[in-house]
Amino acid sequence: MATKTSGGFKAGVQDYRLTYYTPDYTPKDTDLLACFRMTPQPGVPAEECAAAVAAESSTGTWTTVWTDGLTDLDRYKGRCYEVEPVPGEDNQYFCFVAYPMDLFEEGSVTNILTSLVGNVFGFKALRALRLEDLRIPVALMKTFQGPPHGITVERDLLNKYGRPLLGCTIKPKLGLSAKNYGRAVYECLRGGLDFTKDDENINSQPFMRWRDRFLFVQEAIEKAQAETNEVKGHYLNVTAATCEEMMERAEFAKEIGTPIVMHDFITGGFTANTTLAKWCRKNGLLLHIHRAMHAVIDRQRNHGIHFRVLAKCLRMSGGDHLHSGTVVGKLEGERDITLGFVDQMREDYVEEDRSRGNFFTQDWASMPGVMPVASGGIHVWHMPALVEIFGDDSCLQFGGGTLGHPWGNAPGATANRVALEACVQARNEGRNLAREGNDVIREACRWSPELAAACELWKEIKFEFDAVDTL
Amino acid sequence: MKTLPKERRYETLSYLPPLTDQQIAKQIDFMIDQGYIPGVEFEKDPTPELHHWTLWKLPLFDARSSQDVLNEVRECRSEYSDCYIRVVGFDNIKQCQTVSFIVYKPNQTRY
Repeated sequence: MATKTSGGFKAGVQDYRLTYYTPDYTPKDTDLLACFRMTPQPGVPAEECAAAVAAESSTGTWTTVWTDGLTDLDRYKGRCYEVEPVPGEDNQYFCFVAYPMDLFEEGSVTNILTSLVGNVFGFKALRALRLEDLRIPVALMKTFQGPPHGITVERDLLNKYGRPLLGCTIKPKLGLSAKNYGRAVYECLRGGLDFTKDDENINSQPFMRWRDRFLFVQEAIEKAQAETNEVKGHYLNVTAATCEEMMERAEFAKEIGTPIVMHDFITGGFTANTTLAKWCRKNGLLLHIHRAMHAVIDRQRNHGIHFRVLAKCLRMSGGDHLHSGTVVGKLEGERDITLGFVDQMREDYVEEDRSRGNFFTQDWASMPGVMPVASGGIHVWHMPALVEIFGDDSCLQFGGGTLGHPWGNAPGATANRVALEACVQARNEGRNLAREGNDVIREACRWSPELAAACELWKEIKFEFDAVDTL
Repeated sequence: MKTLPKERRYETLSYLPPLTDQQIAKQIDFMIDQGYIPGVEFEKDPTPELHHWTLWKLPLFDARSSQDVLNEVRECRSEYSDCYIRVVGFDNIKQCQTVSFIVYKPNQTRY
C-alpha cells in the first residue's frame, strides 16, 4: 500500500492501520523481524493495536506532521504483516512486524532496543506488550563482532575438551576481606573447579576494594594452577559505576595476567557491554556475563521482553558466557523453552520452532557461540540431569553445592568434578543419564570419599515448582 | 573430615580411577560414532598452558574402530613409557578439536 502524501499536507490524527498494517506484505530477507505478544485495551481492535505497535516502534508519531512529506515512508516504516490470536489466551495476539534494516545503526544493540522496546511499551492502546523474539537479517548480523572468543576458542585457550566446565560463586556474597576471599577461591580451584566467580553484587565495596580482590584472587589462581596442573580462572567482576572505571579494572586484570573478567550486561548497559567485549577480543581476555535484573524484564508472560531476545542481544553485543537458568535448580525454567534460547546462544543456524519458543529461523552467520551457564541451587545429584540437558558446551556452577560441602571447598569441588566426569564417562559409554543417573553417582561414591560425603549431605532432592515460562 | 591431598591432574577424566583398556575403548567408540577423527598425543612434563603435546604419528584418519586407536596408544606407551598420553578428537566440520582425555600417567598416585 503506497503511503505517499498526495494533494498536500492534511493535519490530524490518522488510524495507524491505514499506514502500518499491511497483511499482504512479504517480509524481505533484509528486514529485521519482531514478534510481539500484544494485549490490547478492551475495545481496541487487534489490527489497529498491532499497527500502532509497528508505528510507534519505527517511524510513526501520534499525529501527521508536514515533514513526513519530505521522507519516503515506504522505505522506512515498520509494517505489521501478521496478527494471530495466542492459543488458549483471551485477548492476546502475536503481532509480527517487519522493519527495514536501515532503521538501525550498524553494530548497535542499544539502537535496536531503543527503537523496538522504547516508547511503544507505554502506549495507551495497549494493556500489555511483550517482545517474544527477533530475527536479525544476516547483513545486519555481520556488523556485530559478537562474543570476544566463543566456545571453541575458549576451549582451546583453556585446554578443556569433551565435558562441561565447572564453576562456583564465592559466598558469602558480601563481607569477605580480599585475603579471605582469595583463600576461598584457591580452595575451590585446587579441588578441581575450572572457574570461580565474583558474586554480581561484588564491585568495590568498603570491605573489599577491587584492586585488593584482583591481586589476592590472581595469586590463588596461580597457586591452584601450579598445584593441579590445570588451567584455572576466576570471573573478576569489572562492572562499575562509569565506563572509565570499568575499563580501568579490565586493564588491571589484563596487567596481572588473569584469563577472564565479568560484566553485568543489563544493569551495566549494552553500550558498556559492547565496549568491554570489543576490548576483550583485542586483549585476549574471556568475558563472563551475568544477567542481574533480567527477571524484572522477562518474567511476566504478557509484558516485557522474553529472555531469548536478551540472550540474542547479548550474543551480538558480546560475551563468552551467559547465565541462562538451570531447568532443575532453584531458579527454574521450562526445559524446551530454555533449550530454545540455548540454541540461539550456541548454534550457527536455528530453525523456527514454536515448541522451543523460536518464532523465526535465525542465521547467526558464523558468529562465535556463547557458553550457557547453569547456576543456582544445584548440587551433585543434579549432575546427571545437567549433563543430559546442557551437553558439553556449558558451564555448570555449584555455589552452595561446593562451599556447603561438610569438609570444605576443596573436597566439595572434587565431589562435583568426580560426579561430572563419572556422568560424562557414563554418557559416552551409552548409558542413559536420565534413567541411570543416580546409579552413576552412587557407583562413583564407592571410590570417591569426597563425593560420598556430598551425597550424604544432599539427598536426592526434587524441585517441583511449576515453571512460569510456558508458551 | 579429610583434607584434600595435593595432586597433579590432566584434565578430562583425570578425576576418575585410571581407565582400563576396555573403558578407553568405549570412549573412543563414542568419539568415532560422533564422526570425530581420533589422534594420540604424548608429553613428558606437560604444564597447564602447554597447548600442543607432541603428536603420535598423524591423526588417525583411517581408524574404523577403537582397537585401531588402542593399538597406537599401546605402541606410544611402550616407546614413551615416561610420558603422559592422551587421546584427542578432531571435528573437521566444526573445524576444531573437540575431545581430549588422559589415558596414561607414568606416576599414578591416589586414583
